[in-house]
Amino acid sequence: MSGLSIQLIDFLAALLLMLSFAMISQRRILSLIHLFTLQGITLVATTAIVAHATGQEHLYLSAGLTFALKVILIPLLLHRIIDRLNVRWDVETLINIPTLMIIGIVLVIVAFDLALPIAKLSTSIARGTLGIALACVLLSLMMMITRSKAVPQVIGFLSLENGLFFAATASTNGMPMVVELGIALDVLVGVLILGVFMFHIREQFESLDIRHLERLKED
Amino acid sequence: MNSSVLFHPGEWLYLDWVLLVASAWLSIGLIGVFALRRLALVAKVLFPAGGVFGVVLLGIALIATQAAPETAVLPIGLPQLPFHFRLDSLSAFFLMVIGGVAAGVSAFAAGYFRKGEGTPPGLLCLEYHVFLAAMTLVVLADDAYAFMVMWETMALASFLLVTTNHRIPEIRNAGFLYLLIAHIGAIGILLCFGVLQANTGDYSFENMRAQQLSPFWASIAFLLALCGFGAKAGLLPLHVWLPEAHPAAPSPVSALLSGVMLKTAIYGILRVCFDLLDLRLWWWGVLLIAVGVVTALFGVIFAAAQVDMKRLLAYSSIENIGILFTAIGLAVLFSSYGMLPMAALALTAALYHTAGHALFKSLLFLGTGAVLHATSERSLGKLGGLMRYMPWVAWVCLVGVIASAGLPPLSGFVSEWLLLQGFLFATGLPSYFLNMLIPVVAALVALVAALAGYTMVKFFGIIFLGRPREERLALAHDAGAWERIGMAWLVTGSLALGLLPIQFIQVIDPVTQYLTGAGLGATVADHGWLLVPVALDRSSYGPAIFLLGIAICCALVFIIVRGIYHGRVRRSAPWDCGFPWQTARMQDTAEGFGQPIRQIFEPFFDLDRQLPSPFDSEPVYRVQVGDYFWRWLYLPAAAGVERLARLLGHLQQGRITVYLLYSFLTLIAVLLLVRR
Repeated sequence: MSGLSIQLIDFLAALLLMLSFAMISQRRILSLIHLFTLQGITLVATTAIVAHATGQEHLYLSAGLTFALKVILIPLLLHRIIDRLNVRWDVETLINIPTLMIIGIVLVIVAFDLALPIAKLSTSIARGTLGIALACVLLSLMMMITRSKAVPQVIGFLSLENGLFFAATASTNGMPMVVELGIALDVLVGVLILGVFMFHIREQFESLDIRHLERLKED
Repeated sequence: MNSSVLFHPGEWLYLDWVLLVASAWLSIGLIGVFALRRLALVAKVLFPAGGVFGVVLLGIALIATQAAPETAVLPIGLPQLPFHFRLDSLSAFFLMVIGGVAAGVSAFAAGYFRKGEGTPPGLLCLEYHVFLAAMTLVVLADDAYAFMVMWETMALASFLLVTTNHRIPEIRNAGFLYLLIAHIGAIGILLCFGVLQANTGDYSFENMRAQQLSPFWASIAFLLALCGFGAKAGLLPLHVWLPEAHPAAPSPVSALLSGVMLKTAIYGILRVCFDLLDLRLWWWGVLLIAVGVVTALFGVIFAAAQVDMKRLLAYSSIENIGILFTAIGLAVLFSSYGMLPMAALALTAALYHTAGHALFKSLLFLGTGAVLHATSERSLGKLGGLMRYMPWVAWVCLVGVIASAGLPPLSGFVSEWLLLQGFLFATGLPSYFLNMLIPVVAALVALVAALAGYTMVKFFGIIFLGRPREERLALAHDAGAWERIGMAWLVTGSLALGLLPIQFIQVIDPVTQYLTGAGLGATVADHGWLLVPVALDRSSYGPAIFLLGIAICCALVFIIVRGIYHGRVRRSAPWDCGFPWQTARMQDTAEGFGQPIRQIFEPFFDLDRQLPSPFDSEPVYRVQVGDYFWRWLYLPAAAGVERLARLLGHLQQGRITVYLLYSFLTLIAVLLLVRR
């Protein structure tokens, strides 16, 4: 267990948090996808370092899987979707961005406060980063809430999954392989289904603005 | 105690046979599913086969009442949670009722159901037989889990049967109301079992019998049971589903609902009060008597004011349930003071009335079914004079009416007489207050019995006597062969119960022995054909003597009128008071017949009268008899629920963002909660 790997993981965790904030403040969908890809790369790096430091072979496999899915396949799918739908340029968020940043900071503080007693129980090398992982989950959830278009919401959902993955790696040295495979498949299928949905929403309302879905409410 | 684990090799227990009957019913139902629209097969083969199994069940149960309790564990249901069944004299007695009535009703149903009644015949066959099997298993269940599963199966099957003609909105509403109240009751029962198992986590009845509850918790359990089983039985104020569901259901189904299903609630309250709970407090008895008498009085007054024949019978069922609860209350009261022979007397009255009411009420419902099919008319105001066109149904109904009115020599008289005997001997109670109360209640019971007679005279008189109020009634045809077989079976049962009280009390004896430790069997056996419940110098009743007296009177009248007074018969028009233009509309109507009761008990009714104006050329008089419980209890409750629902509706904005926000806030709140 080298001090270097701990340092590296802490650095990557900080990077992840920064990327989350960047996603909140980003209006352009294309940049959002780039940020998401970067998040994936950070995740791969973290997993690989943990695998190297703890000598757990299966984490390498997990890192490879993450790379294939979150760095290559899903961003590719997202690019195709926005190309086909022609929605490169996102517009306004529901709340203006400076306010969102402040709420985000509050959320990070809350997340650190929450993670403190759990992190004490953990035996993992990366236990200090649990607070960051939780903060990423909360920030992604907030992003889903504050976006009015369907594609950023999907990206928020995927980023939320990234946060969970990071939490799993950080606190328990990775999930069992079966669970990981299952989740990876879930995310992939989720993206495909959401993509189909987006086409249908677009067809129905000629826009991807989810506010149109309010019409579906039963009175 | 004998025990069996699902058809173990060697001897067959009675319980195995009963379970076999239940599974036979289930299989008949399943066959019905595969013959969904083949009416001939379903009606002429499956329903009669179900009836035969009813007779088999009656036979087995009759023997099993005298046998030792038997138990079985069936490895079906959830893992680690097998069904426990137990056949003792109490359950055997109710199995007798189920089997006996089911036999008659099934035979009747073979001739009753026809095309175009909404649900296809095969499905109806499934629901009907699942209903029968579920009732059988409810009575057999020996743990709370099996009991609740069967209880709910019974409720659902009967709901589907009630809504057979589901295309009519009123019937759907009636079914929904029934389902709602059935579920309120089920919650009560579930909580009652929760209290009875006393935190041991073991829900078998065996364990509940072994628990010693404190008076407080025992009272809670009792009140929950009263609420739960009262909802099924139709006790005030949970009675509203009865007058809606009974007219909505096809007549054989009404017969089963009223004749048998209400009795499972009686079974439940007896099981909880006398078997599962090991103590009884005096005020439980007083509460049961109070609720019972009020229900009985309410039921009979409303029955007298009804103009729809099936509604009238439904209210009459409420009345009989009230009488049953009064008798059970009396038994609880006696039992709490340790007066066991008196408790046995009251309990015998209750059980006797259970069997008697099951037979005559299902008979009367079948009678209304035959009338309904012949005339397609349920309103009393449009019937009349049917005795000439449907003599068979009329005579059969006459037997039911006499039994229902509590006249000798039929079963209604025996049970009500026994109950009044119980009241008359209640003077030995050690409490001054109770000794004052009991005569008042006895007087009320007598009033109820008298009003029941009045109601039955109305029922029979308006439908069968007089002249037809509509011309098409002349086209009415009598019941078919299957229907006659079914009704004849029930008539035989009613007559047997009325004429053989001593033998039947000996059948009941093991039940009261089991529940209270005392019985009337030995006492009544000593006096030959005279029924003596307590002592010969106090009271006695001989149905044979009554029958003989009635027969002699009838014969004498016949001889005097035919032979001596007239000498010869001649037919001529009766004296018309010098006003020859008489029509059938001048007869007393159902409204008219019930008018004195409406007048006397006016404060009880939520009356809605439409009086014609004096200048109206086509005057119409309409009166609607409503139930104050609707206005004061149910409608406010419904309005409250609706208001609450509307408040909750504000949560539903229809915006994904808001829903996500709910999840987000909940997540943070839960995390903060965990943090502490």
